[in-house]
Amino acid sequence: MINKISHAKVWTIVFSILSIAWIFPIVLVLVNSFKQKAFISTSTFSIPNAKTSAGFENYVDGIQKTDFFMSFLWTFIITVGAVVIILLCTSMCAWWIVRVNNKFSVAIYLLFLLNMIVPFQMVMFPLSRLADLSGLNTPWGLWLVYLGFGAGLPVFIFTGVIKSIPDEIEEAAMIDGANTFRIFFTIVVPMMRSSIISIAILETMWIWNDYLLPYLTLDMQRFKTISIAIQYLRGGYGTVDMGAMMACLVLAIIPIVIFFAVCQKYIIQGIAAGAVKG
Amino acid sequence: MLTMKGKAIRRWWPLFVLPTLISFLLGFITPLIQGMYLSFTSFTTVSDAVWVGLKNYRRALQDPEFLHAFWFTLLFTIVTTILVNILAFFVAYMFTKAMKGAKIFRSVFFMPNLIGGIILGYIWQLLLNGVLAHWNISLTYSATYGFWGMVILVCWQQIGYMMVIYIAGLQNVPNDLIEAAAVDGASSKQILYKITIPMMMPSITVCSFLTVTNGFKMFDQNLALTNGEPSNSSEMLALNIYNTFYGRAGFEGVGQAKAVIFLLVVAVIAIIQNRITTRKEVQA
Repeated sequence: MINKISHAKVWTIVFSILSIAWIFPIVLVLVNSFKQKAFISTSTFSIPNAKTSAGFENYVDGIQKTDFFMSFLWTFIITVGAVVIILLCTSMCAWWIVRVNNKFSVAIYLLFLLNMIVPFQMVMFPLSRLADLSGLNTPWGLWLVYLGFGAGLPVFIFTGVIKSIPDEIEEAAMIDGANTFRIFFTIVVPMMRSSIISIAILETMWIWNDYLLPYLTLDMQRFKTISIAIQYLRGGYGTVDMGAMMACLVLAIIPIVIFFAVCQKYIIQGIAAGAVKG
Repeated sequence: MLTMKGKAIRRWWPLFVLPTLISFLLGFITPLIQGMYLSFTSFTTVSDAVWVGLKNYRRALQDPEFLHAFWFTLLFTIVTTILVNILAFFVAYMFTKAMKGAKIFRSVFFMPNLIGGIILGYIWQLLLNGVLAHWNISLTYSATYGFWGMVILVCWQQIGYMMVIYIAGLQNVPNDLIEAAAVDGASSKQILYKITIPMMMPSITVCSFLTVTNGFKMFDQNLALTNGEPSNSSEMLALNIYNTFYGRAGFEGVGQAKAVIFLLVVAVIAIIQNRITTRKEVQA
């Protein structure tokens, strides 16, 4: 018994140390964001002192150079809009596929399955051109592109969930005179709640952090996302403004940490539920 | 046979299916078919495509950088799949035992997943270059540094994600099974290898599938951490394809052929890998 307790204590200490090491890279970026450019690569691991400190200069510089708050706003608009549209459209589509269950619905279901294994590079070039030609190179155009390219996984997960819902409840509601809409929104959607949360989390993580798809399809003169803005700091031929870079990295991480702190319970549950069912 | 309800729902297809289907045609089917076609043509702007047959494929397969990127990616995927899964399983196993603060540790380990690949790349560039500066070298000194740099980055990023899936799987292993084995005198090692791991096969399938496809498709981290330096030797497949499209003029067709090969490789790996691990799944 005593042996067991000390065992648990040892592991707690080991994992405490590991956790600190795990956060260290982020802390290092934070520390360096307050150093002058020249000292970031020469004395990466030291705390800024009177000589090396830059105060908030890097932040002012980084925000100006990348127009950070505009990028933040565009990323936010793209992510929220796309996730809402994906959840609404794919859940409706999945219900229709399961309940109608004819040749057509099976055929499109198989296409959605195919969608899950096709890497983005396969459609990259034609898609970016199509987006330019058809005016989808705006944040709201991107909502549709994300719905189209990202439909596979949510349709797959939602159809699995809907198949496990007995349709007697829906039939009873129909006999009682509820129309298709009411059945879907007042009976089916509440029963899909946990999978909707899982998908919302997965899609938010994907779209918020996505770099290549918005980079290739958005009109760069007008819209930049956070990832694109940060990549812009690299500039040509590997010259990087390290000060502005560090500040922007910190600014990019802050909203993610807040988001995580607020809904970590749902995030962790959502990932687990999504994976076990998928 | 279509139920009465099925019939009622079917008429509503313009509302339930059409929005997704139109976007799907626009964002996936059309570019996919066009991409297939373009891989057999020579083009610079899509509309000027001229049929060249298998020439692009021949050029793709003769491109030493593409072949290098392929082996580099394969090796990278094997290393990260093994490392991430073993470490994530270990961490999950520890956290499902009674341990103080497991919840906090879990959140800490998971957090890197929410940070985007580009940002992760620059975070680790700072850290690893800071360490390597002691020897007056940097990550771009040789592809070996880039390789292990990316391995460390991916472990840091993905262990937390896979850990969450493994924890969920471990919680699904019925307790009475383990207790029965313990009563029969099985050691904790025997319980782990003969009961827990076989019962965990569904989670192992999902996690190894995810780590394999993540490894093969990795782009952002590669772009930010090394950008393929030195001289494209740390370039992974996805970045190689991207650079073929947008880096050299006149190679668009070759890039598209590479993308088709990439798709086939990813599909074959996904199918084989899924077959192998699902065969090992057992029922309680």
